[in-house]
Amino acid sequence: MADPIQANPISTRSPVTAPAVAPQAPAAPGVAPLEVAFAIKGFSLWYGANQALYNVAIDIPARSVTAIIGPSGCGKSTFLRALNRMHELTPGTRIAGDLRLFGEDLYAPGIDPTVVRRRVGMVFQKSNPFPTMSIAENVLVGLRLNGVNDRVFLRERLEQALRMAALWDEVKDHLSRPGISLSGGQQQRLCIARALAVQPEVLLMDEPCSSLDPLATAKIEELINDLRSSYTVIIVTHNMQQAARCSNRTAFFYLGKLVEYDQTRTIFMNPSNPQTEAYVSGRFG
Amino acid sequence: MSETRHIQPAAAQHSWRRFKSGAMAGLLFVCALLVMAPLFLVLYFLIREGASALDWNFFTQLPKPTGEAGGGMANAIVGTLVMLAMAAVIGVPLGVMGGIYLAEYGSDRANDWIRFTADVLNGIPSIVWGMVVYVLLVVPFKTFSAYAGGVALGLMMVPLVMRTTEEVLILVPQGYREAGLALGIARWKIITVIVVKTALKGIVTGVLVAMARVAGETAPLLFTALGNNFWSHRLSEPISALPLQIFTYAISPYDDWHRQAWAGALVLMAVILILNVSVRILSRGRKFK
Amino acid sequence: MASPSGDPASRVATKAPPSSGARWPDISFRWLALLAALTTAALIVLVGWELYRGSRQAIAQFGLNFLGSSAWDPVTDKYGAWPFIYGTLVSSLIALVIAVPLGVAAALYLTEMAPLQLRQPIVTIIEMLAAVPSVIFGLWGIFVLIPWLRDHLFVWLKHTLGFLPLFQGPIYGVSMLAGGIIIAIMILPIITSVSREILRSVPDLQREAAYALGATHWEVIRIAVLSYARRGLFGAAVLGLGRALGETMAVTMVIGNRPVISASLFAPSYTLASVIANEFTEATTDMYLNALFELGLVLLVVTILVNIVAQLMLRTLSGGASGKVN
Repeated sequence: MADPIQANPISTRSPVTAPAVAPQAPAAPGVAPLEVAFAIKGFSLWYGANQALYNVAIDIPARSVTAIIGPSGCGKSTFLRALNRMHELTPGTRIAGDLRLFGEDLYAPGIDPTVVRRRVGMVFQKSNPFPTMSIAENVLVGLRLNGVNDRVFLRERLEQALRMAALWDEVKDHLSRPGISLSGGQQQRLCIARALAVQPEVLLMDEPCSSLDPLATAKIEELINDLRSSYTVIIVTHNMQQAARCSNRTAFFYLGKLVEYDQTRTIFMNPSNPQTEAYVSGRFG
Repeated sequence: MSETRHIQPAAAQHSWRRFKSGAMAGLLFVCALLVMAPLFLVLYFLIREGASALDWNFFTQLPKPTGEAGGGMANAIVGTLVMLAMAAVIGVPLGVMGGIYLAEYGSDRANDWIRFTADVLNGIPSIVWGMVVYVLLVVPFKTFSAYAGGVALGLMMVPLVMRTTEEVLILVPQGYREAGLALGIARWKIITVIVVKTALKGIVTGVLVAMARVAGETAPLLFTALGNNFWSHRLSEPISALPLQIFTYAISPYDDWHRQAWAGALVLMAVILILNVSVRILSRGRKFK
Repeated sequence: MASPSGDPASRVATKAPPSSGARWPDISFRWLALLAALTTAALIVLVGWELYRGSRQAIAQFGLNFLGSSAWDPVTDKYGAWPFIYGTLVSSLIALVIAVPLGVAAALYLTEMAPLQLRQPIVTIIEMLAAVPSVIFGLWGIFVLIPWLRDHLFVWLKHTLGFLPLFQGPIYGVSMLAGGIIIAIMILPIITSVSREILRSVPDLQREAAYALGATHWEVIRIAVLSYARRGLFGAAVLGLGRALGETMAVTMVIGNRPVISASLFAPSYTLASVIANEFTEATTDMYLNALFELGLVLLVVTILVNIVAQLMLRTLSGGASGKVN
């Protein structure tokens, strides 16, 4: 593949096109169900003197959807943000433990958090398209600001990302309109497209539907379902139906601790921990 | 019900209190009028005295020697523009970068100190700037110059631009910075391309207000630019400026020059008001969601 | 379980971008920004140092006597700052006496009484007043204000209050009182707008509590608003004082520029800033220039101290609402 872009670190990994190019063919494409994306052991996190996470140990499989649930303040968002080191924006945070993505320690001394975030993308609670940019510019900003200039390539990536975010058909005729001219649900899908355009290995979603109406929510959930085959998706949600509908595995956090982690079906039908049961049956939280 | 009636004040006392309240309201209103009055008085006389002396020559000709009628302030207008441009070259980068630091980096405590120094700096009398720049640029180069004037005005702009830049950057929602970081974009690119761009209108507004402010300064130019009745051919020569010329003419004993001073003041005031008003219109659309 | 050390692609991904190399633009950008932010502190030090350097000879020659001496004689090279300090303090005081009540009253009208649709226009007008250059006030002062003061207000004052030494003596027009009035006009905008910020920060709960006691509008303002905001309003006045002390051009044009100390406000006077403005380029001897620099140093130290006090008062009260106004 004589792609000039190949030299760029961002485009070397491409989970979407990977099956076609298949550079890692020997590793049983797509069928190995338990390839681990995040391997986390003894992970704790403090905000100043307050401990927000206690000794979390969890293995999150690749190419599947993992939901993180729990009452508000349980540390689920903190945990999510620790996965791409976004929590470091809050001054005075400190971590302990071991957090590896495909075997690599994301907190090793030489690791640049910017590079970590390129590998682990994120979609936020409130949709936040950049107000000064058009739809197309929003999608491509991650690539452009990381030095990708090839027009043909950008154009391809634009369409690909918007298609994956199920937005292409709605916006393809007015790509130069401002991103904030879209409706709330569309804006959130635009943000997903923006995150997908840099082709991260993992996509984190922090309550992506909490400010959307049911129809827009359904679209996003559908989209999550489509991403499952090629992406590792981790979604924080306070909506248990949503967790049940769209995740393969579910982790239940309570008071900064990982209480239970299992197949989603098991968590909701037959949890082993009484706290989990109380929460999923709606008795608290 | 009956209990509340008991503590109602006597009717006479009540109406006296009501009257007093109304009178005070009237007094406050009059005070508000008095505060605004000088603006209208100044504008009225500027137009009355200045408009008649204002003609095409004013914008195209050099000052005439005393005794000769006519002449203009072309060199002063150009001088003001030149020094404003130089001031912007110094004041805008320093001010904007400093504002970026205050809004995006640094600990709360350290930034509080920097803000404090900026506010104190802002309170330093403008005449002092003239003296300092005189020592720094006039004495060593042995000449008054446009450079010195521009530097004096530019240094005065720094704290003004810094504080307004910080204020508008803080208004940019945190979500945009997080979204940028989550895309793996370097912090400085997020700040310059996303955050500053989002707040650009506000920053430009702040810069224009600061320029309007220093455009009217006279004191820092007295011993830096000095003034010049002719065209300055180099930036290393003394140069005139509108406020300087107005000052020189105003304290002169000649009627012709007084009329020129009024005309110059009218032009200066118009430029400053236009800058301020356009800035207000510009910033009206500034809203972040 | 030992993960299969990741797929090759991802390994490449983290290793390929130069982790530390990619960070240097970030680090240097941050340092640049910090340097820019620190120019404020650096400039204060620079200004202080240059003024001190420029006045060293005078400080050595006259010592502390400089502040108290009334001599100002370039011929014998004897200099003292007292008439200028006196002129600066008294003219600023006059300005405060006029501007603080007016400014606070206007701010009260704005926050407590003005119809909502009038508030923004009034604020805009006051901001415009703040934008009028000093030299234009001076011009207006010479040709409009001074003649009116000389022919009307001063005459009336002399008639009605002439028993006070303040309002005795010949009337020239240019005078301490004219200087004070012009400074008052110039500091009105800042006093009004800072006061307004302070008053706006008074919680509505305060007002409601007073209303609930059956207070009239004015009583609410007096009991709930003014007493609550007193310290902040004092801060606004101090900030105004800081500006008043350093006002140069307009004062120079109307105060008369004579280093005399007179009980009468109708007599001319001279301020620190004015004498620098007038005599700096004419200073013929080194000692003369040094003396002027020392006047600048005195002015700088006093304004900085006054500004620090003002900022501290405003800061502790309203969490940084200060300094917004030019």
